[in-house]
Amino acid sequence: MSLALKLTGLTKDFPVGKRLLGPPRAVVHAVQPVTLDVETGETLGIVGESGCGKSTLARMLVGLLPPTEGAIEIEGEALNAANPAEFGKKIQYVFQDPLSSLNPRKTIRQIMDAPLKNLHGMAAPARRKRIAQIFAAVNLREEFLDRYPHEFSGGQAQRIGIARALAAEARILILDEPVSALDVSVQAQVLNLLADLKTEFGLTYLFITHDLAVVEAVSDRIAVLYFGALVELGPAERIFNAPRHPYTKLLADSAPVVGRDLSAPEGKETELPDPLNPPPGCSFAARCPRATERCRAEVPVLEDKGSGVAAACFHPLEG
Amino acid sequence: MSAFLKLLARNQLALAGLIVMGIVVVLALLTPLLPLADPDVTNTPARFTPPFSEGAWLGTDHLGRDLLSRLMWGTRLSLAVGFAAATIAATLGAAIGIISGFYGGRVDNIIMRFVDVLMAFPYILLALAIVAALGPGLMNALIAVAAVNIPFFARNIRGITVGIAHKEFVDAARLAGLSDAKIILTEILPNVLPVIVIAMSTTVGWMILETAGLSFLGLGSQPPQADLGSMLGEARNALITNPHTSIVPGVMILIIVMAINLLGDGVRDALDPRLKSGALNRPLPATLVARPAGYTAPAPDGEAVLQLAGLETQFHVGRRTYRAVGGVDLQISPGECVGLIGESGSGKSVTALSIMGLVASPPGKITGGSVFYKGQDLVGAPYERLRSLRGRRVAYIFQDPLATLHPLYTVGDQLIEAVRCHRNVPKSEARAHAIELLRAVRIPNAADRVDSYPHELSGGMRQRVGIAMALANDPEVIIADEPTTALDVTVQAQILTLLDDLRRDRGLAILFITHDFGVVAQLCDRVAVMYAGRIVEDGTVDDILAAPAHPYTKRLMACVPELGGGRRRLEAIPGLPPVVDNLPDGCAFADRCDKARDACRQGTIPLDPLGATRRVRCIDPELQEASA
Repeated sequence: MSLALKLTGLTKDFPVGKRLLGPPRAVVHAVQPVTLDVETGETLGIVGESGCGKSTLARMLVGLLPPTEGAIEIEGEALNAANPAEFGKKIQYVFQDPLSSLNPRKTIRQIMDAPLKNLHGMAAPARRKRIAQIFAAVNLREEFLDRYPHEFSGGQAQRIGIARALAAEARILILDEPVSALDVSVQAQVLNLLADLKTEFGLTYLFITHDLAVVEAVSDRIAVLYFGALVELGPAERIFNAPRHPYTKLLADSAPVVGRDLSAPEGKETELPDPLNPPPGCSFAARCPRATERCRAEVPVLEDKGSGVAAACFHPLEG
Repeated sequence: MSAFLKLLARNQLALAGLIVMGIVVVLALLTPLLPLADPDVTNTPARFTPPFSEGAWLGTDHLGRDLLSRLMWGTRLSLAVGFAAATIAATLGAAIGIISGFYGGRVDNIIMRFVDVLMAFPYILLALAIVAALGPGLMNALIAVAAVNIPFFARNIRGITVGIAHKEFVDAARLAGLSDAKIILTEILPNVLPVIVIAMSTTVGWMILETAGLSFLGLGSQPPQADLGSMLGEARNALITNPHTSIVPGVMILIIVMAINLLGDGVRDALDPRLKSGALNRPLPATLVARPAGYTAPAPDGEAVLQLAGLETQFHVGRRTYRAVGGVDLQISPGECVGLIGESGSGKSVTALSIMGLVASPPGKITGGSVFYKGQDLVGAPYERLRSLRGRRVAYIFQDPLATLHPLYTVGDQLIEAVRCHRNVPKSEARAHAIELLRAVRIPNAADRVDSYPHELSGGMRQRVGIAMALANDPEVIIADEPTTALDVTVQAQILTLLDDLRRDRGLAILFITHDFGVVAQLCDRVAVMYAGRIVEDGTVDDILAAPAHPYTKRLMACVPELGGGRRRLEAIPGLPPVVDNLPDGCAFADRCDKARDACRQGTIPLDPLGATRRVRCIDPELQEASA
């Protein structure tokens, strides 16, 4: 299998309290070095709670944010100059909020034309043909093309968002919470559509979400992010059934599941670590029942813990 | 465009302004074609001819020039200069604002500080300084007036641009390969254009006045050329002896500026989306009630603390009637937690808000049914009665605690207000109670946190404050509208546990609105499933989750992936829920149901009992219980 995406030590720091001259007052490490391979045709799920850096990571992958350090290789080619136009032909993004990702003052046709015209320099008749093909693929009627975004429901708008990403002919799609703004009945429609498109066009997906059940249902492998760092990576069928990292276990135990009694898996009140003042060791140590002195002093690295699961933990759970 | 004109015409003053302005502009345009005397030819013997004289309708000025002719030519010039200044100021100001807002950071900082400096000068002083530097003359006055107004446009447009530049569609345009220049022109500009038009329409009158002011001071148009300001300036010496020379241009300025300002306000109202949606119309304190004449409330059930009987709520927007809630029956006993589950638009939130008359009116209206709180009908109850119960007996928790907490008050102040609203206790006692409440919802360091502002708390902590506020007056019923939807799973588990403990400790009745079956399963005793404004199925949680009877419930549950189920294809429900302003006859789900037959599309399908504890609104339920 060839690699669709190869990330090496990808890092993003945000300066806080910028001054006109001189260095900023503080630096937030939004994404700590992430090294990750994604195979062609794979769906990699990325889960994490709000503020864990999953959207920052995604925005770096499509060139909307320049990484502070590290390298991105797409289909074997290094792409480091954050230039969305160059990235755009290889990797595209589907946004969380389908309506705010469509310009309210443009018709759907104008929106669909943009990537074809700017990335591929297609002439009008060729564009027309290509849009018709894509719209057929995402089950949208062509008469929608002359309407404006506000005339569509969330599910339809998300299909348009997906159609736009496909129009760029990118083979890798970053799906940033693509269904979390949709109702459950529509959510299933869009997830199934994504699955069909993947087979039809041989796509590779990075599926970012906070919904564990959804990510488990669609992914081949799942990466768990906590506080900007990758804490566990493994096959989808194992990761929540047999978590190795205590944080993954906490996530899995917190998800409301029919037939499981209500209990807060964390007894005491805990808060996320302060990004401006991160703890010296493992960022999960303060919430972790297994934490020891070593965890509070040393940062664990992501390493193989057997059966294809890698975790960043000194005291992993039994798989 | 026609919609815009319609909206504009609804404002009669704006329409009047439009008509007056139209006449003035047409006359100004036609001036060269009209048989008027030369405005600049002096005729000193005929100076100060009074109005309505032969050959000079409006009289003549101190040099015997025809005032009518000068007025027409002057108006033409003043309008042209005013509009030109407005256009220049708007174009340059908008360009500066868009660039500043789009690039942000250092570019923004430098540009905006420069604009701030310009704004620190009184405008007339700045204009005088510019004219003094450039020398008097109409062109220079125009430049001065335009320059003085650029900062106003720049600031306005920058603010709007900052909001738009961070929208996802701008990112999408980048990914579609658009350059910055193209993004500004094709993505940003069309979205700020209405704001530019609004700002222009409200400032054009002001610019005409400013130009007239400069001309009045002799810095604008130079003799013998007439504009309204210079006509006033020249007439100044004869103000007492021959007032008509001042009144004629003065009245014209009044007419123009009044008409433009009225029109400008109308344009703003018609273009501003906030005003268009009626958001500035303050809703009534309680939802309007319009039950059919001769409505008699059914007898309330003795056990329930809260009972809805045939509740109907509609929204009347224009000619459309949205039947958001179409007859909901539901009861909650003390200590019970009832889940209300449904997709967006199913009417679950409107049902919840209708209970205490909190649906915004207009456009909302309760058109039928009753809400019994301990046997008393709250629908149509006097506002004072509702107010005494709101928060006291029936409290709400909403989805987004950041939106429901006031950002400028500490959480303590807000809790104290909630307490003192219903109970006359001294502030110190209320504060002690507030701290106690924060402890009750397990906020660490409650005594310190009471003085925090909402933005200083995390999402989970804020929702705890929201719950504390609901508990402030020991209510009997809590209506929680998706209280955990905006929270992370680990926080959601904590909040749900908290709510569950509170209801067991205090015997609270909870109406829990959600779209998540997992949450319902863990927290609720009974559940009602809503679809298109009606309950389609209700019963105990165990029964319904084990064996849903309504096809909608069954298929909705199949749509939701469950953790631990592994990789799979989901069972989607084809199509969309019906829009509630055009509900079909019979079952609203018929079009999406694979079991639908002709009988499903006729009449009204009742919510029939199924077994002892369940009800289902289906003529062919999934489950044919023998005991039914």
